[in-house]
Amino acid sequence: MSLMPDPTFYPSPGMAMQAPPERLAYVSLLNVGSNGQRDAMGVIDLDPSSSEYGRLVGQVDFPRGDNELHHFGWNACSACLCPQSAHPHMERRYLIVPGIGSSRIHILDTKPNPKQPKIVKVIEPEEFIRKTGYTSPHTIHCGPDGVYGSALGSASGDGPGGIFLMDANTFELKGQWEQDRGPQQLAYDFWWHLGHDTMVTSEWGTPNMVKNGLNPELLLGGKYGHKMHIFDLDKRRHVQELELGAEQQMVLELRPAHDPKKTYGFVGVVISLKDLSSSIWMWYRENAGKNGKWAARKVIEIPAEPAEPEKLPPLLQGFKAVPPLVSDINLSLDDRFLYVSCWGTGEFIQYDVSDPANPKKTGSIHVGGIVRRAAHPSKPKQSLNGGPQMVELSRDGKRVYFTNSLYSPWDEQFYPDGVKSWMVKIDAHPNGGINLDKQFFVEFDGLRAHQVRLEGGDASSDSYCYSDGK
Amino acid sequence: MTHAGLTSTMVGLLLLLGAYHGINPGMGWLFAVALGMQEQKGSAVARALVPIALGHALAIGTVVLAAALLGTALPRDVIRYAVAALLVGLGIHCLVGHWHPRWVRMQVGFRDLTVWSFLMASAHGAGLMVLPVLLGSSTVEAAVAGHHHIAATVSPLAGILATLVHTTAYLAVIGLLAWIIYRKVGLSLLRKTWFNFNLVWGAALVATGLFTLLL
Repeated sequence: MSLMPDPTFYPSPGMAMQAPPERLAYVSLLNVGSNGQRDAMGVIDLDPSSSEYGRLVGQVDFPRGDNELHHFGWNACSACLCPQSAHPHMERRYLIVPGIGSSRIHILDTKPNPKQPKIVKVIEPEEFIRKTGYTSPHTIHCGPDGVYGSALGSASGDGPGGIFLMDANTFELKGQWEQDRGPQQLAYDFWWHLGHDTMVTSEWGTPNMVKNGLNPELLLGGKYGHKMHIFDLDKRRHVQELELGAEQQMVLELRPAHDPKKTYGFVGVVISLKDLSSSIWMWYRENAGKNGKWAARKVIEIPAEPAEPEKLPPLLQGFKAVPPLVSDINLSLDDRFLYVSCWGTGEFIQYDVSDPANPKKTGSIHVGGIVRRAAHPSKPKQSLNGGPQMVELSRDGKRVYFTNSLYSPWDEQFYPDGVKSWMVKIDAHPNGGINLDKQFFVEFDGLRAHQVRLEGGDASSDSYCYSDGK
Repeated sequence: MTHAGLTSTMVGLLLLLGAYHGINPGMGWLFAVALGMQEQKGSAVARALVPIALGHALAIGTVVLAAALLGTALPRDVIRYAVAALLVGLGIHCLVGHWHPRWVRMQVGFRDLTVWSFLMASAHGAGLMVLPVLLGSSTVEAAVAGHHHIAATVSPLAGILATLVHTTAYLAVIGLLAWIIYRKVGLSLLRKTWFNFNLVWGAALVATGLFTLLL
């Protein structure tokens, strides 16, 4: 416990945008196959004045290599300043790293040496399953009253998946979060509108539906997730189900507006069975009234691109097209720019979402891609595979980082030649427009880079209880 | 000079304690500011102050009246030692523990805010902290009257008056702070000035507990 609030906590998103630039990134590194390597957390130097800018400057190896590390998060964040249960003297110090492959959770301490974090606790799968009843922990968010996590499935690897709680001080698992999950069975991502006591969750598939990769039979049958769920965050009860349509397969990353006053957000859908397009949907409160129901509508559609079958992996040859496969999205802290990763086509797109119902495309670059294999400007002759995937954005909205590995069973299906992993950085202009930083191109040897977290917080690590009132 | 058993020293101490409870951001004014920012209305700040003060008054009043009732059945020294032990225990808990009441809801009406404020004040021993002042007052009363053996611990009327005096100061301070922060200063100040109240609070509880033993 500290005497003053953690300097990385900010009451409002607008204040967080004034934060100093990040100097380090934490990147989860997945081991693939039985090559003797273990999973790891990598540390990348982001300080442009450093001689090691854009290089891997630290790495902590995990005890095993079967974790399939996914969306890790901090033990504490700006939500600790929330007025209803304020505890601002926590430290943003520990990374909570869930593995969907192993159901193991690693806790890393970044304080003694930020460039070389230490593993201080490992929650083994037996304990995770015993205490939560879930398997495959996926996303971690720090909340006003502790750490929340999502998990893909039940102990048997089927549904329901859901949300679990963890004590932010002791990292003890507190069990399942839901009092009443209603019709919700599938799980993936979650986040909230703290000012409206509302949790939002999305749907991918159960561990048994995803562990062997994308199952064409399940996909064509519309069996993967195609809904969102609204919960009362305080009462932990299911309130409403938002059906996007059975053809909208795999509803993944949720990005609610950061301003706690607003009642809308964006969610990405990986693929439409109609035309292989990807889409971004906006959820919002109807009638803006207190008793208004929630609704969702498609605000962006990204079409598939025609392709010669011989350039496509077996899974896609019959379609003669490469789907965009939107796998991750991120929203700037001023709720103005939405970033969209198209892992299939290799495109990375910036939209101005000042008017959330009418996004405007303001920037686009290409790196990798199933067909395009676009190079990075620092090595123009080297064709790259994988595509824009996990995207993270600095608090001031000026720097964007992304990696190219998605999920190892999918990596094999869509990039059968084996994803060679990299991380790039993009400079975002204040009024729209993006370009690749030619000086920043990290290549990983053997391990595959996934989620990125930035030192001190980023655009998807913190939640705020005070509105800037814009 | 006394009014229903409250000397001017006691009134002064009660006002100071009320102000002290009011300063703590976790005990009221910050929630009022957040609600104002959420609705973008200064009136929302003002509206929140009333139930927050009411909840605080209920927390103080409950403890004070409970002590008054117990005082009719138990010797004053027993009450005094019990209060001292509770204060020291709670203080140590504040100093070493990291527990605080669990509350997630931000959309709160009059009743919710009253309950919230009651819980926050109770959990932090706000009422217990006020008790020694009243126990002290009865000592003075008894000494003046020369009736040590029959002195009541706390009279219910004195308890109610003490609660009102305390809450007036509390309300004045949370109102002033909420208004300054909401209208003038903004929340960025909070990041640099919000020292760890739990530690100060814990120390204050322990000190008050020890003081109670000296009464």
